[in-house]
Amino acid sequence: MTRTVHLSLDINGRRHDLDVEPRVMLLDALREQLGLTGTKKGCDQGQCGACTVHVDGKRVLACLTLAAQVEGRSITTIEGLAAESGDLHPVQTAFLEHDAFQCGYCTPGQIMSAVACIREGRAGSDDEIREYMAGNLCRCGAYNHIVAAVREAAEMA
Amino acid sequence: MRDFSYFRAGSLDDARQHATQPGAMLLAGGTTLLDLAKCGVAEPDSVVDISHLSGLSQIAADADGVTIGALAKMEDVARSPGIRADYPAVSQSLLLAASPQLRNMATIGGNLLQRTRCPYFRDPATFSACNKRNPGSGCSAIGGVTRNHAVLGTSEACIAVYPGDLAVALVALDATIDLGGRKVTADEFFVLPGDTPDRETILERGEMVVAVLIPASPIARHSTYLKIRDRQSYEFAAASAAVGLEMEPDGRTIRDIRVALGGVATKPWRARAVEEALIGKPLDAGIIEKASRVAMDGAIAHGANRYKVELAPRVIARAILNLGGLA
Repeated sequence: MTRTVHLSLDINGRRHDLDVEPRVMLLDALREQLGLTGTKKGCDQGQCGACTVHVDGKRVLACLTLAAQVEGRSITTIEGLAAESGDLHPVQTAFLEHDAFQCGYCTPGQIMSAVACIREGRAGSDDEIREYMAGNLCRCGAYNHIVAAVREAAEMA
Repeated sequence: MRDFSYFRAGSLDDARQHATQPGAMLLAGGTTLLDLAKCGVAEPDSVVDISHLSGLSQIAADADGVTIGALAKMEDVARSPGIRADYPAVSQSLLLAASPQLRNMATIGGNLLQRTRCPYFRDPATFSACNKRNPGSGCSAIGGVTRNHAVLGTSEACIAVYPGDLAVALVALDATIDLGGRKVTADEFFVLPGDTPDRETILERGEMVVAVLIPASPIARHSTYLKIRDRQSYEFAAASAAVGLEMEPDGRTIRDIRVALGGVATKPWRARAVEEALIGKPLDAGIIEKASRVAMDGAIAHGANRYKVELAPRVIARAILNLGGLA
């Protein structure tokens, strides 16, 4: 039996209408149905952080969130981070300046997590950044540059 | 993952009514249910979303204690100034668990009900035998890779560890779980696997955790949670201890103490024998280390998890010594 639910999602300040099966995760809805492929699928099990997005301003994992669950919430993805003018978010700029990636696959999740980490006031030292960015794995091992980028962005915030 | 129907509950009664339907499961933070649905362990016919219910996210403290609503998020509870000041073991147990993203999603009620990380339980496609998933099918863990399995509270049917941290602190601090119609202690809420490891709590169909109540006490105010694990962050416990300590006015004698263990048992494990061995005794490293070993009376190792029998008492002793200012 195929069941679908009609959803109206608020993503990056725009309304998106879509029909999905109830089991569809926010991650798959973003990537497969809405063409918002900036949010990455890593482990798809809530263990790597590549799919980090913001829901009502809080960082969460899109791979363990039903699309249906977040109707009525405000969702921000990596595509919604830069200003309307195209100017990058300071965390994006800091990642570029510090070369805080190699393959880049975990980067959107790292950046979304870092923006929230700074907003939460949890980026006061390198140790604190490491602990509060622990939910974002980087298999290239670019951690030192990621910490440097987050620290600089936090100091400028 | 099998498809299911989705229903967004508008009220608690609404949720309870839908939850009594066969194949229905409640969805709060989703970090356990949706993960297990992807593994093929959970196969709900319908998902009842309670995450939009209002009035179940409170953190309400007074002189007698604190009431934490079942839908309060782990991160919000961990950061609550009242929890940090008066129930530090609770705040620490939450902050040492999962990742910031998961803590923003997962609720207190769901946290208690998280399922074991036993890799045999989580992989039905490869391991058909699991008494917890499929009663009577056997246990793939016994005789398998057991490094992260339990040494306390096990049975011949199941040696899976209860993976949570918060519940360990709650069991130590004599918390109560409010199920709406009845209240039980956190210790009674969780049951031993015995012959029915598929049954992990006393919850009946249609019942749900509504709130957690923690009594205020000098012990709760002077408490800590120590977690030892294979990596520095974002990992389940190899062994952990929640300890609360109250000293006599002489500053040297233990008036009262609470000890509970995580990462080594099939349920959050209250170590009453350690408490009894220490009440009235001086706060002394040798005495504490000896008393901590009593926690392992009756422990059964299964090969590679033998190290936990050595590790857990050391974690208890270190936690007590930390609290007492001796470490």
